[in-house]
Amino acid sequence: MQRPIKFVVAAAMASLTACGGSPAAQVEPAPRMTAAPQDQVPAESGPREQTADEQVNHLLSRLTFGARPGDVEAVRAMGVDKWIDLQLHPERIDDSRSDQYFAALESYNTSSQELQRKYPPPNQLLQRLQAKGDRSRLSAADSTELREATAGPRKVTIEAQSGRIDRALLSERQLQEVMTDFWLNHFSVYIQKGPPERYQLVQYESKVIRPNSLGKFRVLLEAVAKSPAMLFYLDNWESQADSNRPRLVPLPAAGRGGAGRNGRGGLLTPQQQQQLARRRGGLNENYGRELLELHTLGVDGGYTQQDVINVARALTGWTFPRPQQGGGAFEFNPQMHDAGAKVVLGHRLAAGRGIEDGEDVLDIVSRHPSTAKFIAFKLARRFVSDTPPAELVERADETFRRTDGDIRAVVRTIITSKEFFSRAAYRGKVKSPFEVVVSALRALGAQPDGTPRTAQTIATLGEPIYGHQAPNGWPETGDQWMNTGAILNRINFGVAIAAGRIPGVSPTSWKGAESLQNAPIEQQVDGVVGALLGGGVSPDTRAILITGKNPFLASAAALDATPEKARPKEPVDPDEAMMMLPEPGARPPLRGPARDRAFGKLQPPFKGLALIVGLAIGSPEFQRR
Amino acid sequence: MHRRYFVKSGAVALVTMGLSPSFLRRTAMGMDLPLAQKGKVLICLFQRGAADALNVVVPHGERAYYQLRPNIAIPQPLRGTGAVGSTGATGAIDLDGFFGLHPSLAPLKPLWDAGMLAPIHAVGSPSTTRSHFDAQDYMESGTPDAKGTSDGWLNRYLATSGTCEQCAPTPFRAVAMTPQTPRILEGTAPAVAMNSLDEFAVRSVGGDQAARLEALYRTGSADLIHGTGQEMFEAVKMLRSANPTQYQPQNGADYPKSQFGQRLKQIAQLIKSKVGLEIAFADVGGWDTHVNQGGATGQLAQRLDDFAKSIAALANDLGEGMENVVILTMSEFGRMARQNGNGGTDHGHAGAMFVIGGSVHGKKVYGKWPGLEPEQLYEGRDLALTTDFRSVFSEIASKHLGATNLGAMFPGFTSSARLGLLG
Repeated sequence: MQRPIKFVVAAAMASLTACGGSPAAQVEPAPRMTAAPQDQVPAESGPREQTADEQVNHLLSRLTFGARPGDVEAVRAMGVDKWIDLQLHPERIDDSRSDQYFAALESYNTSSQELQRKYPPPNQLLQRLQAKGDRSRLSAADSTELREATAGPRKVTIEAQSGRIDRALLSERQLQEVMTDFWLNHFSVYIQKGPPERYQLVQYESKVIRPNSLGKFRVLLEAVAKSPAMLFYLDNWESQADSNRPRLVPLPAAGRGGAGRNGRGGLLTPQQQQQLARRRGGLNENYGRELLELHTLGVDGGYTQQDVINVARALTGWTFPRPQQGGGAFEFNPQMHDAGAKVVLGHRLAAGRGIEDGEDVLDIVSRHPSTAKFIAFKLARRFVSDTPPAELVERADETFRRTDGDIRAVVRTIITSKEFFSRAAYRGKVKSPFEVVVSALRALGAQPDGTPRTAQTIATLGEPIYGHQAPNGWPETGDQWMNTGAILNRINFGVAIAAGRIPGVSPTSWKGAESLQNAPIEQQVDGVVGALLGGGVSPDTRAILITGKNPFLASAAALDATPEKARPKEPVDPDEAMMMLPEPGARPPLRGPARDRAFGKLQPPFKGLALIVGLAIGSPEFQRR
Repeated sequence: MHRRYFVKSGAVALVTMGLSPSFLRRTAMGMDLPLAQKGKVLICLFQRGAADALNVVVPHGERAYYQLRPNIAIPQPLRGTGAVGSTGATGAIDLDGFFGLHPSLAPLKPLWDAGMLAPIHAVGSPSTTRSHFDAQDYMESGTPDAKGTSDGWLNRYLATSGTCEQCAPTPFRAVAMTPQTPRILEGTAPAVAMNSLDEFAVRSVGGDQAARLEALYRTGSADLIHGTGQEMFEAVKMLRSANPTQYQPQNGADYPKSQFGQRLKQIAQLIKSKVGLEIAFADVGGWDTHVNQGGATGQLAQRLDDFAKSIAALANDLGEGMENVVILTMSEFGRMARQNGNGGTDHGHAGAMFVIGGSVHGKKVYGKWPGLEPEQLYEGRDLALTTDFRSVFSEIASKHLGATNLGAMFPGFTSSARLGLLG
């Protein structure tokens, strides 16, 4: 099996501990293993169903987090295919503006360990306060102390969450950002897993995921497998050989200090030895299972419970030290490693080996045909359709296998395909909450605002960043995002924008708004529709935005008023339908302060451009991409 | 009266155009469906992450239990401590001399004493999966090992049974207090998902913004987004007229401030608002205790504390209303019988459920106990399954809701044993 990969990842992981490097270096992709001839997968040619203008809109809605003012013109000028090619090579795109922004953020220029040392979780304080019982028994001094002690960790959380939004807002390397979002969801981790997790997130995003997001799947997989964020989230950091299995380096007998060695060859303290001894027999299958089920083969990928156990055994000893004190970089701990022979998916792993066991497992699973198919399917679903055409998935699958898992090549196959540019794909995806919010902000030229407000808004819409507890990540199909509550929250987000309640963005001062301020309403509507909806709305929607009247309902009412016999066949007798309606309001509607208590302080009516912007963001068309 | 309201609402036009809100349209098409029993409510509570059933309903009469779990077992009921669940008690709360409740479940003990609480042990999915996602999927789809099922079993109930004869159709027939529609309620019948009642309103007044927004969703398009939007506007109007915000819990019910507690409180609000709620759903996470789960105190104890206080508050608040309510708790599977090397438990097989209600034949632990000796364990490691979860679901659906369509709800399943929980 192939080995050179190790060095690349080792280099990437080593850089994890370095801090304060030049900001430009941080967004550089990790060095690639080879010049990657596989990258020369040609763009698929053939007739495209979408018009030239639609292709531009389509690209901006799928390969970016939404068009900013001027983007349509820029893509048109460069040409669709050339623009795709450039986005597939983020290293060729100047991104100094977002680099400058992130150079000023502490979390992005500080190691996880340093962050945790500087802003420690207030564990002892919390325990002390917890002992007092419920919150109502806390004194004012307690509350102040708690507030001060949690301010640091909170800042860490805010920067990790807002960083995702801000990079999506600012970066010119939009496809890389979309892919970063995709892989962060594929390799989902959860901020509330435990105190160390939050300190790892920025490193996970910026050093593990983003640099590898268009690279080799095998390299990405190993970077994830060795990341403290994933090691902690799925418990592998403390998984070790069961008591009936041989360890690569035996544990010293408990109580006789001095004989043990830690993973770097240093001596274990008596305390560490005791900890290890206490944990004898501690195989934890959590990561092994999700590696197969969610990260590679997929749930129907053809593995057994025994494979899960053996994958977990092969990965014993993949850990990182002292998570509760800030942790360190990945290390392999031979005292935790199960050195017995194992069979994984039909491959025999000999007894007596160490870190190679886990590396071989990553080779095996990343080259398994089920993995190629699973990743190809998920990428096609992300970029093309909730139900991607089987032929497209097959071609992407084929590219994955032919290029030994070159993500860039697989993405190229998908986003240059005729299926991608088909009529069925156009505006066929429902935006996730993250996409709804970020696309609105981008269209209105928003700036990062330094507050947690935008992240909170996205959470309200149902997708808290790093907030998916289970490792399967957020839904990736529209039907799962669409329900009455969700659509209400989306509409209310539009209202909040119109009301100027979202920091960093104004409904009336975006580029292009100036000239619309005093324009006739038709012009205002067309300007907003162009900026926010890519110009594509039905005549009815346009009419409603202009007049407030609904031509469709007006014609329906007219039809209803026509004589009985002229009516279309009715699905239900009106008298029966009448019986189904609820009794008219027995209670009066809420008014005044009661209403405010119920629904929050409400805004005065909006007028003009702000109203149109708010309506457009709340419209059905804006929920699509 | 009816007619006046109807015409005024303008709904005639919509209904005749086939553009009624889907809860109306679907009801109209299902006029000949079997009818639900009036006023009955089923509240399903999902403990996501696989709750450790052996430490929730504790087999304290089982020697092997203590051998398998030297550090995390719940001690046997303390003798001579007086009232069970009294402060400082660290042993199980005895139920029947063999089973006991985790001490954090003390708030549920009065429900047991009142004969309203029926734990079921060794219950769950016959599927062998130990994947959270698969197991949750099966528990919610109601079709173990069949991944292709597109809808949830609660939705199939709704889709194949009409509302009761005198009941008005309502968008709030099925409500999930969750940000997304849960799998169990996905399907053709409409269901509302919401974070909270307060949030369920368009946040604008004055002008005609709300009307314009609504118009944008009524342009004749029948796609997912337009359809969902129309349902939403109907639901908002109905909830506002029912005015659930003037709400004070009754009987001194004290809901925890936790998200779960507040969501149960809002379910009580909906029930008392008489908006036609029949199926309610909420979920609560934090049960995936691989590491340091604790015993009588600690991580799992804290989760159970919130869980029990929230449910007790709900039952208390509903008071007499519990005669028409059944609360059903579930979790995707149980956990390994033996503790793991991290003071926690890994994924297991059979689990435990609670069925709570005024009409429940409580004060009895249901389900055949398979034992915990090595040869009795499933695959040598987990609590074995003796009751298929579909038996429980079927019995509650038929005896409580009056469902007659069990074949459609659980295709291919015939319950072999009647538990006798209800009826």
